[in-house]
Amino acid sequence: MSEVSGGAGTRERRGRWRRWGGLRARLVVAFVLVALVSAVTATGLAYRESRTAVLERKQDAVRTDFKNRVDQVAADLSVPPDEVSLTRFAGSVADGLGDSVVVAEYRSLKGSSDASADRSLISPSLREAVRKRNRMSLQRIDRDGSPYLAVGTPVTFESGPPSGLDVFAVTSLRAEQDDTAEILDAVRDGLVPVVLLAAVLALLAARTVLRPVRELGRATRRHAAGDLTSRVEAPKGRDELADLARDFNRTADALESSVAELREQEAKARRFVADVSHELRTPLAAMTMVATVLDEDAAQLPPDTAHAARTISAETARLARLVEDLMEMSRFDSGAARLNLGEVDLAETLRNTLALRALTDRVRTHLPDGVRAVVDPRRIDVVVANLVGNALRHGAEPVSLTLAASGDWVTVEVTDRGPGLAPDVLPHVFDRFYKADSARTRSEGSGLGTAIALENARLHGGTIEVANRAGGGAAFTLRLPWRRGEEDAK
Amino acid sequence: MPHVLLIEDDASVRDGMELVLRRHGYAVFAAATGEEALALLASPAGQDVELAVLDLMLPGIDGFEVCRRVRATGSTIPVVMLTARGDDGDIVRGLESGADDYVVKPVTAPVLEARIRAALRRAEPVRRRPGEDTYAGLVIDRAGLTVAKHGTPLALPPTELRVLLELSASPGQVFSREQLLRSVWEHDFLGDSRLVDAAVGRLRAKIEDVPARPVYVQTVRGFGYRFGPV
Repeated sequence: MSEVSGGAGTRERRGRWRRWGGLRARLVVAFVLVALVSAVTATGLAYRESRTAVLERKQDAVRTDFKNRVDQVAADLSVPPDEVSLTRFAGSVADGLGDSVVVAEYRSLKGSSDASADRSLISPSLREAVRKRNRMSLQRIDRDGSPYLAVGTPVTFESGPPSGLDVFAVTSLRAEQDDTAEILDAVRDGLVPVVLLAAVLALLAARTVLRPVRELGRATRRHAAGDLTSRVEAPKGRDELADLARDFNRTADALESSVAELREQEAKARRFVADVSHELRTPLAAMTMVATVLDEDAAQLPPDTAHAARTISAETARLARLVEDLMEMSRFDSGAARLNLGEVDLAETLRNTLALRALTDRVRTHLPDGVRAVVDPRRIDVVVANLVGNALRHGAEPVSLTLAASGDWVTVEVTDRGPGLAPDVLPHVFDRFYKADSARTRSEGSGLGTAIALENARLHGGTIEVANRAGGGAAFTLRLPWRRGEEDAK
Repeated sequence: MPHVLLIEDDASVRDGMELVLRRHGYAVFAAATGEEALALLASPAGQDVELAVLDLMLPGIDGFEVCRRVRATGSTIPVVMLTARGDDGDIVRGLESGADDYVVKPVTAPVLEARIRAALRRAEPVRRRPGEDTYAGLVIDRAGLTVAKHGTPLALPPTELRVLLELSASPGQVFSREQLLRSVWEHDFLGDSRLVDAAVGRLRAKIEDVPARPVYVQTVRGFGYRFGPV
C-alpha cells in the first residue's frame, strides 16, 4: 500500500548536508582557519617586535646624534640669539643630522633649518614637556600616514639654569616604516599559498578519513537494502577507522550467518509443511474417493455403522479442505504462488462467486457493470467467497457486497450488520488458525481462510482492510490495483 | 458401458476410483505405470478405451510423457489429468501435452464422474448443421466430425474439435473463455481459462499454417476468441 519511502528524499537531504556540513568541508574550514590564525598571529607578533626594535634603534640614534650635535653647535651660539643666528644655529645642527628639520626657539623667536618645513609637527605638548621637564623629550607623530619622530631638548650651558633656548628636530620615519611594512607584505603574499596549502592538506586528511567512512557507509546502505554479503575492503593499518571497518565486517559476518541459519530453518519448516501436505494428499485422495460409497450406502447400514460412515465421510472432506489450504499456504510461503491473469468483468466474476455457492439470495449486491480488470479470477473468487462466507457465519444479515472503482484502485467491500469485531480480535483476523471465539474449538473452515484471502490480495499487489462500521457490523475491504486490459490474458 | 483407463500409481487411490466408477456403470482398466498403460492401449483390448484418467506423478515415464505418446499414436481419446491443486506449472504442461481437462487431488467421486461424463459427451457426434464448411484451406465436416487441412485429414481430440466446432458455428462472433468453458467443458464452476487457452493452442498447432500468426482461430485481446474472418 502506501509505503513511506525514505529513499530519495533522505539521499537528497544527505547530499545537501554533505555539501555544507560534511566532514570534508568542516575539515577544510578548520585547517584554513588554523593556518590563517597562526599566520596572522605570528605575523602580528613578528611585526610588532621588529617595528619596536627598528624604531628604538632609530630613536636612540637620533637622540644621540641630536644631543651631540646640539652640544657641539650650541657652544658657538651667543645668547640671547637673534633670528638670524637662530636660523644659522638650526641649520648647522641640521647639517649633522641627515635629513632632519631642525627648529630652534628662543622665547618668541624661531629659527628653522628649512623655512618651508611644516613646523606644526612640533606639538605644543612636546614643547611643554621640554620646557617643564627641562630635558630631552621625544614624540612620535603621524601626519597624513607618514610617521615622524620629533625630538626636543632645552639647551643648558654648563648645567646652569635653562637658557630658554629649545631645539627641536623632526626626522621622517618613513624608511623604517617601509622596512617593517615589507614584513607585512611578505606575509600577505605568503598567506594565499599558505591557505591553499592548508586546504590541500585538509583535503588529503579528509580523504584518508572519508574514504573508509564512505565505504563503510556504502556497505551499510547495501546491508540495509538487504544485501548481507556486502563487506568493507580489508582495511590496512591499525587506526580507529580500520578497527571500525574490521568490526563492521565481523558484525556483517555474524549477521549473515545467523540470517542464513534462520532462512535455512524457515525453508526447512516450509519444505516440511509442503512435504507433509503432499504426503497427506495420496491417502486423502483414496479416502475422498471412497467416502461417497459410504454416503451412498449409509442408508442400508445399521444405525451406528451408518452414523460412523457419515462421520468418516464428512471428516474426510474437512481434512481434504484443510490439506488443500495448507498446501495453498505453503505455496504462498515459498513464493511458488503465481497469478494466472485474465481480463474479466469484475461484476460478473463476483456474481458467479455468489451463484456457485448459492448465496445470491442472501447477499445484497451493488455491482456496477463494466469494471474490467486484469486479475486472477480464481483467486478473486476465493477471496470474496471467504469474506462473504465469514460475514454470513460470524456477522449477521443483511450482508452486502459492493464493487467500486476509482483512479488506480478497485475496491470490493463486504459488510454485515452483526456486532462487529472485538477490539482484541481485530489485529488477529488474518492470523493463521486464529480462533476469535475460544469456545468454538473448530471453525467450519480450515482456519486458514482469511490468511489465504489476504495472501491472494497481496499477490495481486493489493490488500484487505478490516474495520468496524460506525453503524455496527464489520467491513472487510479488498483493495486491488486497477490493472486495465492491454495485457495478453494468458 | 463406457470403457475408462485409470493410470494411477497409488493402489488405494486406484482401487477407490475403480470402485466408484464401476458403481457408476463404467468398465474400468487400471494401470499402475505409464508403460503399462501404453502397452494396454496398444493391445487389442485397448481399442475399447474411450477415456483415460491420468495421474501426472508416475514412476518411470511421467504423465506428461504418457499423454504425449498417446497423442503421438494419433489417438484422440479424451485424457483427464489428476494433479495437485495449483501446481500451476504442472497444469499448463499437462494441458500442452494434450490433456483435455484436469481434476485436482484429492477429488471427490461426483466431481471426477462429472468430468469424465463431460469429456465423453464431447466425443459424441453433434448435428447442428449438416454438411461441410470450407474456410480457405480448412474443411470442417460437421456430420462426420472430421477436419481436413489442404485435403489432409487431421486427427483432432474431442475437446479441440469441440472448440473448433463451437467457434466456427458462428464465424466472426467473439466467444469469451467463460462461454467456451461452459459450452465445451460443461464446467459449472469459475473455470480455469488455461483450459481454453491450452486447447486453442493445441488446435492452432494443427490447423493453422503459421500457428504464431493464426488465421482461423483469432485472439481478441481481453475478450476471448473468434473464428475468422478468413
